[in-house]
Amino acid sequence: MKTPAKNMWRSAALLGLVAMLGTVLLAGIHALTKDRIAEQQRRAILQQLNQVLPPEAYDNALHDDVTEISDPTFFKHPDPVQVYRARLRGEPVAAILNVVAPDGYNGDVRLLVGVFTDGRISGVRVIAHRETPGLGDPIERRRSDWITRFKGRSLDNPDPADWAVERDGGVFDQFTGATITPRAVVEAVHRALEYFSAHQEALFAARAREAETGTDR
Amino acid sequence: MKQATELRKIFADGIWHQNTGLVVLLGLCPLLAVTGTVVNGLGLGLATTLTLVASNLSVSLLRGLLRPEIRIPAFVLIIASVVTTIELLMKAWLYDLFTILGIFIPLIVTNCAIIGRAEAFASRHRPLPALVDGLATGLGFCLTLVLLGALRELSGHGTLLADAELLLGQWGTHLTITIFPNHPGFLLAMLPPGAFIGLGLLIAARNALATRRASRTRRGADVLSAAKS
Repeated sequence: MKTPAKNMWRSAALLGLVAMLGTVLLAGIHALTKDRIAEQQRRAILQQLNQVLPPEAYDNALHDDVTEISDPTFFKHPDPVQVYRARLRGEPVAAILNVVAPDGYNGDVRLLVGVFTDGRISGVRVIAHRETPGLGDPIERRRSDWITRFKGRSLDNPDPADWAVERDGGVFDQFTGATITPRAVVEAVHRALEYFSAHQEALFAARAREAETGTDR
Repeated sequence: MKQATELRKIFADGIWHQNTGLVVLLGLCPLLAVTGTVVNGLGLGLATTLTLVASNLSVSLLRGLLRPEIRIPAFVLIIASVVTTIELLMKAWLYDLFTILGIFIPLIVTNCAIIGRAEAFASRHRPLPALVDGLATGLGFCLTLVLLGALRELSGHGTLLADAELLLGQWGTHLTITIFPNHPGFLLAMLPPGAFIGLGLLIAARNALATRRASRTRRGADVLSAAKS
């Protein structure tokens, strides 16, 4: 005859045992995979950075040479902006700004904007968005080459008045059925250029943020 | 011999008679959400299959130990451990696919089909049948995901197996089949309503097939009994 109390203790112990087995398993897998996961995350970031700035343009560890700026009123978004600084033999050559276009059709459009020190754009890519598939997603490089048309542009090319989508009298074309998405991207790229030209020296002089390897998210 | 028939029946149940997506209608949330393309469907389907096999096997091995009053929390713990393991392994080796499937990998935990199989089958059977049941249920689910993904990708983008390199590595790039070049893109198929409509069509097709098969066997049986009398 078992008492109910004894039964309860046995159940609790069993459940504890299962939880412990699970914990041991996960701790083991975590230890086995954590270096590889950190490596994969670095590779993924670097791959994106290299799409906006060719790897032969710089020779420093780009993903570690990061500084953060926080200017929510200028960038119209609460998130801090990461700036990856590319240098060649110690000299600044370009910076990549991780900016957000807050006014996409479906919320935030996250962008990488690469700018050479002379103010020309080295490349722009969309890294995350929730725009309507088929209408707003030509901003993705794999859907169309629209985003590559920023390459080589700068604050005075085209004229400041023409930094807009065609619908608003500018030079950047919109897509059929979607004006809001390209407008948001054009404005965000323009903001990144303005910020860079105004704060270039401070950006390259700022101390690098601690490298964040191995942390999740 | 008897065991082989039994295993074959378990397999047929998981894939056809009790197909999770088309008959039992469990786990519809991931089913509808990730089936925009074949590759996404296949990725989640394989991850779910792996989860089912591992969780069914562990539940069956521990079934002598687990008492009725704690079995549900124990199942949840086991399934959560298995899914987290798969999540970590995917992050380490299939990072790009993981970034696409994203939240749906951890959410496999909440796929009620998995705890359903643990409770209804694995906790009452020996490890081998439990393993086969997990495999069959998983493959049945995977099949549904792939079919729905194919339907939506074909009507939405006019391609099949786009981005296969995310799952299969470099050689997957050549697997993409463009059926309708210059497809204008059919928005409805890519958005959530397309998932519901597609699933409805698949269920209808499966039911039609099942009915036809049933009536044919019945007619066959009639002929047989008529011949006997």
